[in-house]
Amino acid sequence: MDLIGLRHEIFVARWTLLSGFTTTMEVSVLVIIIGTIFGLLLGLGLTYGNRPLRWLIRAYVDIIRGIPALVLIFFAYYATSLIGLNVSPFGAGVFALGAFATAHIGELTRGAVQSIPQAQTDAAKSIGLGFWKRLAYAILPQALRRMLPSWVNIASEMVKGSTLLSLIGVLDLLLAAQQAIARSFLIIEFYMALMIVYFVINFTISRIGAVVERRMAYVRF
Amino acid sequence: MRYNFNWPVIWRNADRLYDGLLLGLAIAIVALAAGCIIGIALAACRQSRSPLLRLPATAFVEVLRNTPLLLLVFFVYFGLPELGISAFDNLQCFTLTLAIYSGAYLTEVFRAGLAAIPTAYIEAGKAIGLTSWQRLRYVILPVLFRIVLPSLSSTLISLFKDTALAAAIGVPELTYGARWINVNTFQVLETWTVTAGFYLAASYVIAVVLRRVERRYAMVR
Repeated sequence: MDLIGLRHEIFVARWTLLSGFTTTMEVSVLVIIIGTIFGLLLGLGLTYGNRPLRWLIRAYVDIIRGIPALVLIFFAYYATSLIGLNVSPFGAGVFALGAFATAHIGELTRGAVQSIPQAQTDAAKSIGLGFWKRLAYAILPQALRRMLPSWVNIASEMVKGSTLLSLIGVLDLLLAAQQAIARSFLIIEFYMALMIVYFVINFTISRIGAVVERRMAYVRF
Repeated sequence: MRYNFNWPVIWRNADRLYDGLLLGLAIAIVALAAGCIIGIALAACRQSRSPLLRLPATAFVEVLRNTPLLLLVFFVYFGLPELGISAFDNLQCFTLTLAIYSGAYLTEVFRAGLAAIPTAYIEAGKAIGLTSWQRLRYVILPVLFRIVLPSLSSTLISLFKDTALAAAIGVPELTYGARWINVNTFQVLETWTVTAGFYLAASYVIAVVLRRVERRYAMVR
């Protein structure tokens, strides 16, 4: 382990590594936001939609969940050029990972919403709340709490999944480090350093999740 | 712009996809088998009273679970030769990585499984005079596997999907074959549609087969 050499090489490549880190964080945040918004919508559609809508969403969710994220990324990357869209690797990658996250969060939302006892809906109906108010005041506040631990898992999966974008040429943290490795041959050192970085990112996410969970957990079942 | 569909060219090259599919399945099964051994060993370490066993096992599992698989693959494939171990080719490196990765995930599964074994079983084993080794062999392990069977089958499916990453280091599995056809024929849509179909079909078949196995062997709790 050549830690002095590693420090020097990190300094030499600091701007590339920094921009790689920024890209990784950008991809992760974008994908998590996209996945959460559309996933919640799909999950509600799966629970409350009419039959054709449910079938459509079910097909989408099951197909996407059955395909490796890498295949989705290649598909999006190579296929967007065909329909005349000049999408950057970054855009194609975020699109593919976002579609992936959407399917997973959709399924998660469905499970959480359906796990809320029917009595809750009945109670909300009996005090005269309409559909949207029932959702906003009775169902979602409970369902979102139940989703939180798995949502945190999916979020950290997406941070890890963002490395796949390096395979279509997005200069993320992994690709930036590989460029530094190509110059310095400090293979073990750089990959170990990356492991620590990803560990810290994911550990932070899971800590934040745990804190939020504790603060929100005033409903006990 | 016009896009001319040309399916025959995919079927002419479909050997790469079939072979890739089988290779991916083989990798996933080997990785799961090795992962079970690693997982049981680490789960036992994490339950041990000695911190000398518990802490390293915990650290190992936590770091691996928070590291992107692609990073681990590169670490093993490019890092091992630097440590003087260059006996493994890319297929062996990938299988090794996937085995360790699944071992880290399965540790949690086996830990939960061990906790779910009724203590009465172990006491019964003691009562009829089995040695601790015999208790492990005839009481704990058979019950453990029946408890964790559903988790093992979902792990196998996700490992199979993870084999797509082997394409990054040139292992000729399904995604690698798809990429080859893609860049040699430029029939992007057909290639990736067929590939996605292969992954879906394989995951579906695994799920159906394993559900039958589960119905036969899984513990009713």
